[in-house]
Amino acid sequence: MFAQEFVRNAWLAGTAIALASGLVGYFVVLRAQVFAGDALSHVAFTGALAAAAAGIDIRVGLFAATITIALLLGALGDRSRPDDVTIGITFAAILGLGVYFLALFSSGSGGGNGLLGARTLFGSIFGLSATAAVIAAVIAAVIVAVLLAIARPLLFASVDPAVAAARGVPVRALGLLLLALLGATAAEATQAIGALLLLGLLAAPAGAAQRLTANPYHALGLSAAIAVLSTWAGLTISYEIPNLPPSSAIIAVATGIYLLAFLATSDLRHARTRGLLTAVRGTET
Amino acid sequence: MTSHLPIAGLSVDLISDFRQLTAFPFMVNALEAGTVVAIMAGVVGWFMVLRRESFAGHSLSVMAFPGATFALLLGLSAAVGYYTFCGAGALVIGASAGAGTRRHRGEESAVTGAVQAFGLACGFLFLSLYQGVLAGYENLLFGDFLGITRGQVLTLAIVCVLTLGFFAVVGRPLLFASLDEPVARASGVPVRRVSLAFMLALGFTVAATAQITGALLVFALLIAPAATAQLITPRVGASLVLTVLLGMAITWAGLALAYFYNYPVGFYLTAVAFSVYLIARLARAAIDHPTLLHGRSRAVETPA
Repeated sequence: MFAQEFVRNAWLAGTAIALASGLVGYFVVLRAQVFAGDALSHVAFTGALAAAAAGIDIRVGLFAATITIALLLGALGDRSRPDDVTIGITFAAILGLGVYFLALFSSGSGGGNGLLGARTLFGSIFGLSATAAVIAAVIAAVIVAVLLAIARPLLFASVDPAVAAARGVPVRALGLLLLALLGATAAEATQAIGALLLLGLLAAPAGAAQRLTANPYHALGLSAAIAVLSTWAGLTISYEIPNLPPSSAIIAVATGIYLLAFLATSDLRHARTRGLLTAVRGTET
Repeated sequence: MTSHLPIAGLSVDLISDFRQLTAFPFMVNALEAGTVVAIMAGVVGWFMVLRRESFAGHSLSVMAFPGATFALLLGLSAAVGYYTFCGAGALVIGASAGAGTRRHRGEESAVTGAVQAFGLACGFLFLSLYQGVLAGYENLLFGDFLGITRGQVLTLAIVCVLTLGFFAVVGRPLLFASLDEPVARASGVPVRRVSLAFMLALGFTVAATAQITGALLVFALLIAPAATAQLITPRVGASLVLTVLLGMAITWAGLALAYFYNYPVGFYLTAVAFSVYLIARLARAAIDHPTLLHGRSRAVETPA
């Protein structure tokens, strides 16, 4: 499998992007900001198509759009936690703009336009060039390094913002920085698994990790590990089954792991066991 | 994206504009379907905004995409796929949100996100299995108002009546549970069952709406009229009526613009909806804090 260059590129970029998504995703889930991640992933779509319509490098559009909107969302919300309605309205509008750029780009370039739209929405990890893969890996490494550097104060600020602020932790600045990192991750992941699917790589590994361990540092590591593992498994599966798109396979594996973690630790299961026990005791007495 | 028949264009003469707009049966169908959808999405969206469940609403609306592609793959009617997938998504999100997962507030959003991404991944898979990448996939995501049939309008009307009937019955306890859950629970409102029922109603509504606006842009009709109305008035009845009226106005404006100017209807819908919200929010901010531009929606009054 690794004899082919496109597979090596996909593994390099995929691993780096999964690592960044898993780490950033943990904080996003911890702070219940998955909706912001969702919005930023749609912003990525608009950014890519705006760049395409303007005829500049798509990556420029991706990163410019996601990071700008991330900071805007942070500025609109109080304590850098944008509220539900603000996010919803903003991203509906941005998505509408994306459709406009899609139409603009389609009418400008004639044929082959559906392909760019589809690649932006659903990713094309097997189509990455060697340069693109290396750039993706470097950017992911920067995201990971920044996140690990601020992990401790960010964790404090996320779990107990009031006490953290009293101790002099810059809660608001950290919140904004996390949103910017989330935006950068969304732009990164769009190239690999697509604007519509990257939410799965943010939410599912982090959700699973949070169910499996209460220790935040273990959960952070576990979240990254699950994201990387899902990517590897997804890439392998879709290499073996050509009909199965890689991004679909990656998300399916990540969701599967979350489902298993959910079932293994569900309060529902405990409730049912308890219910069974009382039922058994009821018949015994 | 869509090409049109020769049309004279928009003028200042509103009557001639209206005649042009309704000259073709497909456009009459689109306007009727749009009106029905606006009423339904307005009422459901009003509760969605009040309950801060926009993320769930958006996730359910994208379930329309795997629904449509799955139906396409099996050769079923698209409507069957829409309602099945959105309904199933509503059950999963609703059940996991209620299933004693109070362990962490991030949990619910993680589940919703995972469900959404998984649904879209399935949709992409179905699309790939169908025939490589389908040329018309944009219509599923971003809407198409040209191909609406009489049958679809009728189905939409029936779903709309059922949804309104649901709210006529469950509306009061739902409002109570949305505004003050602990008190509602204490006074014997079955909060979990009401929440799950609302999630299902939301699922069916977005399934219906997605047929016009596409899976990704349902959200504009769900959230924008309701959020605007709740900014304008804190009174329950008034803001509900205002939501429906705004929704209808936004839909008509969007359809008319898409008819006269050659860009996708989804773009016009979101652009009009966003402008209306922005104006309301700026006005609200100017009234509430003349010095500070930081408006927040006012809480809705508890019913007497």
